[in-house]
Amino acid sequence: MTRRRAWWKTLLGVVLTAIMLFPVYWMINVSLTPTTEMRKSPPDWFPVHGTIEGYLAVARDQLPYLGVSLLVGLGTVVLTLVLSAPAAYSLAKLRPRGGRPLSFILLIAQMIPAIIMAMGFYAIYLGIGMLNSIPGLIVADSTIAVPFGVLIFTAFMNGIPDELTAAATIDGAGAWRTFRSIILPISRNSIVTVSLFAFLWAWSDFIFASTLDGGGDLQPITLGIYKYIGNNNQEWNSIMATAVVASIPAAVLLVVAQRYVAAGITAGAVKD
Amino acid sequence: MTTSAVPAKRAVGEKGGATSVAPPGRPAARRRVRSGQWAAWAFLAPVVAYLLVFYAFPLYRNVELSLKDYTVRSFVDGTAPFVWFDNYAKVIQNATFWPALTHTAIFTFVSIAFQFSIGLALAVFFFQHFRLASTLRALFLVPWLLPLIVSASTWSWMFNSDSGIVNSALEALGLPQINWLTSPDWSLIAVLIANIWIGIPFNLVILYSGLQNISGDLYEAASLDGANGWQKFWRITFPLLRPVSAITILLGLVYTLKVFDIIWIMTKGGPADSSTTLSTWSYRLGFGSVLPDFSPAAAVGNILILIALVFGLVYLRTQRKLDPS
Repeated sequence: MTRRRAWWKTLLGVVLTAIMLFPVYWMINVSLTPTTEMRKSPPDWFPVHGTIEGYLAVARDQLPYLGVSLLVGLGTVVLTLVLSAPAAYSLAKLRPRGGRPLSFILLIAQMIPAIIMAMGFYAIYLGIGMLNSIPGLIVADSTIAVPFGVLIFTAFMNGIPDELTAAATIDGAGAWRTFRSIILPISRNSIVTVSLFAFLWAWSDFIFASTLDGGGDLQPITLGIYKYIGNNNQEWNSIMATAVVASIPAAVLLVVAQRYVAAGITAGAVKD
Repeated sequence: MTTSAVPAKRAVGEKGGATSVAPPGRPAARRRVRSGQWAAWAFLAPVVAYLLVFYAFPLYRNVELSLKDYTVRSFVDGTAPFVWFDNYAKVIQNATFWPALTHTAIFTFVSIAFQFSIGLALAVFFFQHFRLASTLRALFLVPWLLPLIVSASTWSWMFNSDSGIVNSALEALGLPQINWLTSPDWSLIAVLIANIWIGIPFNLVILYSGLQNISGDLYEAASLDGANGWQKFWRITFPLLRPVSAITILLGLVYTLKVFDIIWIMTKGGPADSSTTLSTWSYRLGFGSVLPDFSPAAAVGNILILIALVFGLVYLRTQRKLDPS
């Protein structure tokens, strides 16, 4: 009897997941629909006359945008790691005076709406000529990820036994050596987690891109899609094809790195 | 940004143990501690500098923008006059202010109500360990991982009045068509639906992790006493999940308040301000037109920060109370 009930639950689970993912399916379906049938009523539920013209448009128009997004994403990952890992090591293991208020500030920092940061950045970048530049965008995007990175790393590094670092100190290793040779290798999973989210947020960012890079030659894919929507509201297959391509990093990360995300999130719980 | 709830909670909780270490006794030990302090701050220095330059300074600039009367010209040459709270007064008297504030409140509370209850129902459902449960649960994360512009543009097309799948489904059911994005009565509902869809995974994940911390023995004992599923939920799951629920909801509040992308991409706050919130209004004032109005835009932004901070501090207080290690 329990087996039969479990079977029903699986079926219900599949149905619920299908409902939840319907918009994603619809995005793919529309991306494969020919322009001539885009306004058909009712729309086809399956891409019966499937075409790849949308994807050809992506290859024609959007490759530079994708390249910029990739660059901005990777830059944000590097900047985030370089800033947050050492800080977290200090907070978790070196116990600086004033560390507690700093953690509090980082928590608060995460709550500041990006639109407000964008306005401040705009005023500053305008003055120093950093508008419409990739480094400017990397710095702005990193503000989303750095506080998160410090908090994740701190939670993980708190769980590293003090015996390990104490042993290194007895062997004559300084703080930097301990950090590089002991802490960093152990923290591999949280490095992957922080990198993942930093990349994904930078890749998905729209507010900073549209405010700080609105007139640049090198724009990220979010602006590529936005301009597509503004310019041709007829060719939704191209727009949705771009959306599908822009979703690839999210899909890859979910499939490849799901266990790292889980590892990072449960890392803090190991200690107690 | 929203994933931080669980790890962040840890970070706060464990700090308590960290600070009470080794009060310095003998001089040698004290010197050791002092040099340790130097090393500690050397590792922190980059982030502190970063916070000052890239958080504090933009925020300071924003406050300054809101207290001066900037025009496009004075924005460049920096000669704007100081006007105290004139911008705030103007913003509050503006015809858009109350609608924007009301929409922000409705958008936030309705989003949270649905995201939380659907997320909780799904968490309880997926907690029953049936075949494929973990795979399906992972698939539920997809909406949350997609770039917001992807979700927003997909929903825009689904809600399209003439060619959207939603209206076509309504027609098939014999219901009247709705101008989801172009009617002032429906635009806020349309963006709400999209936002609820995006937020469900976050609630599901956090509440699921909360369920994992409830001891299975309790359910066994309840079963022995003859409790049914409904009673188990209301007598065990729901009360024991209250701390995690409080944190999920408060964090959700803080993050929903600042939602911008979805609304801007789907409706630009329109038609006729019918889906304008404080964040889209601030953006529109500052960046939405050829002649930007930076000072009022900054004032609206700062009002939004104040509201977010109130909920943020309530969240941190709740968290500390629940996790006083």
